[in-house]
Amino acid sequence: MFDSVIVNMLAKGFMETLYMTFVSSAVAYLLGLPLGIVLVVTDKDGIRPIPWLNWFLGVIINLLRSVPFLILLITVIPITRFITGTTLGSTATIVPLVIAAAPFIARLVESSLKEVDRGVIEAAQSMGASPLQIVFKVLLPEARPSLIVGSAIAVTTILSYSAMTGFVGGGGLGDIAIRYGYYRYQTGIMLVTVVLLVIIVQVLQELGMKLAKISDKRN
Amino acid sequence: MSQAEPIIKIKDLSKSFDTPDGEIKVLDRINLDIYKGEIFGIIGVSGAGKSTLVRCINFLERPTSGTIIFDGRDLATLSQKELYRTRQSMGMIFQQFNLLMQRTALDNVCFPLEIAGTDKKTARNKAKELLELVGLPDKANAYPSQLSGGQRQRVAIARALATDPKVLLCDEATSALDPSTTREVLALLKDINKRLKVTIVVITHEMKVVEEICNRVAIIDNHLIAEIGTVEEIFARPKSQAARRLFYPEGKQLSLHGDRCCRIVFDGNSASEPVIADMVLRFRTTVNILFADTKNIDGKAFGQIVIQLPQEEGVADRMIEYLKAKGLAVEEVEGFV
Repeated sequence: MFDSVIVNMLAKGFMETLYMTFVSSAVAYLLGLPLGIVLVVTDKDGIRPIPWLNWFLGVIINLLRSVPFLILLITVIPITRFITGTTLGSTATIVPLVIAAAPFIARLVESSLKEVDRGVIEAAQSMGASPLQIVFKVLLPEARPSLIVGSAIAVTTILSYSAMTGFVGGGGLGDIAIRYGYYRYQTGIMLVTVVLLVIIVQVLQELGMKLAKISDKRN
Repeated sequence: MSQAEPIIKIKDLSKSFDTPDGEIKVLDRINLDIYKGEIFGIIGVSGAGKSTLVRCINFLERPTSGTIIFDGRDLATLSQKELYRTRQSMGMIFQQFNLLMQRTALDNVCFPLEIAGTDKKTARNKAKELLELVGLPDKANAYPSQLSGGQRQRVAIARALATDPKVLLCDEATSALDPSTTREVLALLKDINKRLKVTIVVITHEMKVVEEICNRVAIIDNHLIAEIGTVEEIFARPKSQAARRLFYPEGKQLSLHGDRCCRIVFDGNSASEPVIADMVLRFRTTVNILFADTKNIDGKAFGQIVIQLPQEEGVADRMIEYLKAKGLAVEEVEGFV
């Protein structure tokens, strides 16, 4: 059953999954990180409160986060086609993945930054730091370990979303699992894909925790 | 201490906070002048508004009304940028130190210089000098989590001094430290005041902090200034109820059984002679010592003693006369001893 064709297919799926996950994560952070920072800064207890903006972003993020991923995946098909020219394959999958993950990442970043001690921010203010300086010299560096842990959570979540895109021809290990395991009852192949996914999640999670620990100077 | 212009002038400062339960007044028409080079104490029980007061001095809190004049400039008239620059000439230290936990001691001291835009090399040299000044030259590469409370506060002091501030604001800077570390940190502050001529404003709820380092003190009670004066003056002759509560030993309420008690203050004007023992020998009647806290500094007595006077009317009065004749501040106390 596991001839070279199957093995090659699995290897290709594995690489596709990694590609989708990492590219989506990177792009989603490009959007989610600034969004999370803005959420914290404009909060009513933030360093530059802007209540209407904070409320507005909060609503949009909650809206996007409350749509189930599978439905979002289908809803954004026109956008996907507009950006990538297709709705099939790993690259096309990146669009819905980013749209789903960016608001989630914004919330993760927000909660990490909110862990930064209020007193340290106040100390920076007492030295005449501007809000921008506080973001880049206090909030982000002080929250670094927590941000790393958050990124491990984000990447593994995006990985599991990427597997779901198999249902609409998204490519990667999820696609293989659905085509072979679900439609053709080839349980063996499906199991292999699941094991591979588990291994990726384990490695990423462990790596994240380890990096967070090394970077944390509090202990 | 009366140089013509105060470095900090607080005029009719009031501050209220909006809360769901309505407006809460935290500071009520505060007037204070703090002069160049002095160590000025602001003391009060927690909730009196003293932390808000110190935050109004550097505009971390904007006053609801009134003005703060720092070094001749009304802070309310400054642009945001000018305010940031002005804050660089006001260092601040905190009860919880508020160091950046992900930076080494040296990088913490460099931090305000980075904000001020000083180049890296100059900043590091300055930071090294300051760590030396606060007695931690060997801890430059340690992270705050590897330092003790006292060491962390020293780093915080070095950090607050990095931009050569004219004023150092200390918000309960020793409240999280044990007594011996408190003394060390206070000695360091005193030394800095003397060597660098930095004006220091000390916010505290602890009498011993004020006694130890302050020249003048303001007592803040119920959002108002109850009393301002030199520490010796207020310690010997407190006029306000708030001052009595703070200066009387521990503010403890003892049951007095209707007897007369008096508080004797030794302010260094009398020699360290056994006054009470002499008095007992002279009047041939005993007094009950309820509290005593005196120390002998250079042969002079400092501190206070609270005694319960004998029942006989005449003797009690004559004892008070006797003590006053010895050059001691004596006052009868009720309730709080």
